[in-house]
Amino acid sequence: MISVTLNGELRQLDLDPDTPLLWVLRDHLGLTGTKYGCGEGECGACTVHLDGAPVKSCSTPLSAAAGRSVTTIEGLSPDGRHPLQLAWIVEDVPQCGYCQPGQIMTAAALIAETPRPSDAQIEAAMSGVLCRCGTYNRIRRAIHRAASPEGRDG
Amino acid sequence: MAERCPDGHLSRRAFLRLGALAGGGLALAIGLPAVAATPTPDAPDAPDTKSPEVDCSPNAWIHLHGDGRIRLILARTETGQGVMTALPMLVAEELEVGLDQLLVELAPADPAFVNRLLGEQVTAEATSVRDAWTTLREAGATLRLLLVRAAAESWGVPESDCRAQRGRVLSADGSRSLGYGELAAAAARLPLPAQVPLKASPAWTLIGTQQRRLDTPDKVTGRACFGLDVRLPGMLFASVERGDLLGGRIRGWQSAAARRVPGVVDVVALESGVAVVAETSWAALRGRRALAVECRSDLGRAGDSERLGARFRAALGGRAAVAEREGDVSAMLDAAAHQLESVYAVSFAAHACMEPMNCTADVTPTRCVIHVPTQAQQGVLETARRITRLPAERIAVHTTFAGGAYGRRREQDFVAEAVELSRRLRRPVQVFWTREDDLTHDYYRPMTLHRLRGGLDAEGRVSAWYQRIVGPSILARVQPSAMKDGIDRLLVQGAVASPYDLPCRRVEYRRADIAVPTGWWHGGGYVHNVFAGECFLDELAALAAADPLDFRRRLLAAQPRHLRLLDLLAEQSGWNQPPAAGLARGVACVTAFDSLLALVAEVALDGAEVRVRRLVCALDCGQVVNPGNAQAVVEADLAFGLSAALGGAVTIEQGRIRQRGFAALPLLRANEMPEVVIHLVGGDVAPGGLSGLGVAPVAPAIANALHALTGQRVRSLPIRVGEVAPGASGGAG
Repeated sequence: MISVTLNGELRQLDLDPDTPLLWVLRDHLGLTGTKYGCGEGECGACTVHLDGAPVKSCSTPLSAAAGRSVTTIEGLSPDGRHPLQLAWIVEDVPQCGYCQPGQIMTAAALIAETPRPSDAQIEAAMSGVLCRCGTYNRIRRAIHRAASPEGRDG
Repeated sequence: MAERCPDGHLSRRAFLRLGALAGGGLALAIGLPAVAATPTPDAPDAPDTKSPEVDCSPNAWIHLHGDGRIRLILARTETGQGVMTALPMLVAEELEVGLDQLLVELAPADPAFVNRLLGEQVTAEATSVRDAWTTLREAGATLRLLLVRAAAESWGVPESDCRAQRGRVLSADGSRSLGYGELAAAAARLPLPAQVPLKASPAWTLIGTQQRRLDTPDKVTGRACFGLDVRLPGMLFASVERGDLLGGRIRGWQSAAARRVPGVVDVVALESGVAVVAETSWAALRGRRALAVECRSDLGRAGDSERLGARFRAALGGRAAVAEREGDVSAMLDAAAHQLESVYAVSFAAHACMEPMNCTADVTPTRCVIHVPTQAQQGVLETARRITRLPAERIAVHTTFAGGAYGRRREQDFVAEAVELSRRLRRPVQVFWTREDDLTHDYYRPMTLHRLRGGLDAEGRVSAWYQRIVGPSILARVQPSAMKDGIDRLLVQGAVASPYDLPCRRVEYRRADIAVPTGWWHGGGYVHNVFAGECFLDELAALAAADPLDFRRRLLAAQPRHLRLLDLLAEQSGWNQPPAAGLARGVACVTAFDSLLALVAEVALDGAEVRVRRLVCALDCGQVVNPGNAQAVVEADLAFGLSAALGGAVTIEQGRIRQRGFAALPLLRANEMPEVVIHLVGGDVAPGGLSGLGVAPVAPAIANALHALTGQRVRSLPIRVGEVAPGASGGAG
């Protein structure tokens, strides 16, 4: 039995500890916001937070999350009003939208660690998440917007 | 039937049908007129003015319920291109409602939802807005008129004393008002008007304004349902092992080990491979790895990029079908003061949608329900009919959001797998492809080879232009009836119907079918042909000692819209000012889908690494529906074109695709995204298509900039600095 705090709630999971966290979330826990893009840690669509740090859930076994805290896009905010989510809406960031949960989770970890990131810091942090629709420039603008004092107050 | 021509115009107006809904509502359907007499081009079809008390709701586009809900049935797939917002804007504008007052649902598969430009219900080739532009506005205007009329009648006042605003009809002094829902039943009984005037553009409050996309809130919370997110009660997951050989067939496999994996329910042999079916995705993947398949292919030496290249080179001479011809090119080339010949090569490319292929099917003996991110709802319906033998009315097709599409989701291979598995297992089944499956079992952008010849007269003007395109035919597989005189329009797009003044020209197509599966591609044949054509145009400009942009201007002297665009681009890109040290500029243009786009790329070289610093773009797509989304779509296409220009090539060796994951097939990342500046030129003409337009000019603009930087010509795609060009012979350059 593996104990994981998932989106703030303690869960007991009777699952094979080798199961990648991605599939635990999507198939066992009904949380399909975290996406499968490659299964090899190359695209970042599966990014979640493990104790606040961004990880590729496709390459993270459930055992690595034992006794720790996992946050998914569904748990980023209770009402979809995290400053990044609001900024993403104002800047109309998503197009197909498939990579965006991974983008937002990566950005959320960035600004939690670096509240006012520079362009270079954004680029370094965000280059691990592929966007086939090329929304990169709008992502950067949205991160700046969310990180600004007005943006943080929602 | 309406003209089927994604690069042309509609020649028939749609007609409307009105019916009552239970509960005091009404439904408005849009249909094609029945083909009676031969229509003349100038006689519009009379709309059906009868309004039978028929429930036409199954294929209606707009449902207005007695409780005031307005449901707009969206007949096109939201793939990221913004149709889910643009099309409702057209209805809302004329209907006098806010976007927030519309409930948008994706349409089922039904002939009523045909895309008249393409002849079936499909979202592709930048046609959605062009197809809907007049139709949806007319539908909205008609509905508004009927509602106003119903209110006026109930109040006993002239219609002109009433106005519609945000879903209500108000009397002149505003003292009385009725909501659309309250008026629906009465409106449903009114005869349809013969003609409904549409708003003139100065009266628009929505069209042409920046509107936030309707799908964004769900996409930033993870609530948006893509194909892979579909969950049905009792659903199983299936992963199909197809072997790693192109054209391969599975000859043997070990199912015992697969069946022992906890969660695996069955191992089923399909046409395309062996499916491991399980309670969870992970169990299906684990089971599949235990299959130990033996795969064989007859492809042999036909599955090898190098050998295909040699075959294509041999096809640069000899017979070919003529796609376009005017004047005597051979004679003019012989007589030219200067002439030039070059060969351009375009490799295979993979679609690489962010969401890999998938389909969910639930088949019983009496009905079939499919949930799928598809571009081709009618195709899905036909696939399901073929496999289940159920009639169309027993088959439901639900379209989900699509994580990218690019033409790949017009295909039916993943649909057939899901329907067949569900039919056999009598359980709902989701077939999901891995990234490796998706990259190695694609219908690739075809490889093509281009031979271009050009002649200049003594004044440096183009006196002759010749292009031969060698490549497989896509239409021969997907729509053979659309082949005309041996020409595949998808392969010659962007080479024919050039806006440039080329009075003596010849475009040939030499069909070279190959065993590698090829298919529709984002940006279509424009990607190949504009690469070759715009690069060669620069070569001719250099031969004429002319500035490339000026050279194009001279060839566009009779095209005012193009001239305006180039002038704007020259000004905004600083073309006539020297670039910063180490930077060079290249220009390329595309005319497609009734739109024009011109692009300047600013490029630097970092060793052998090409760095694109900035892309400056001028776009004339006629009337823009949603300017913010237009910019986003163009930026997306520029990024897509960058990946295609500088990113991974797909190569095939001994029947195997070499690039099986993103590590081997790099796509553009955030740290490689240039600054993008897009200038929209407004237009008082109907909207042109946008999706895919910006892909084609990226590679040639970069190639042309690289020449300015290095003096070397790039003649292959993807671009590799320092590689030997496939061939240039005859003439300077």
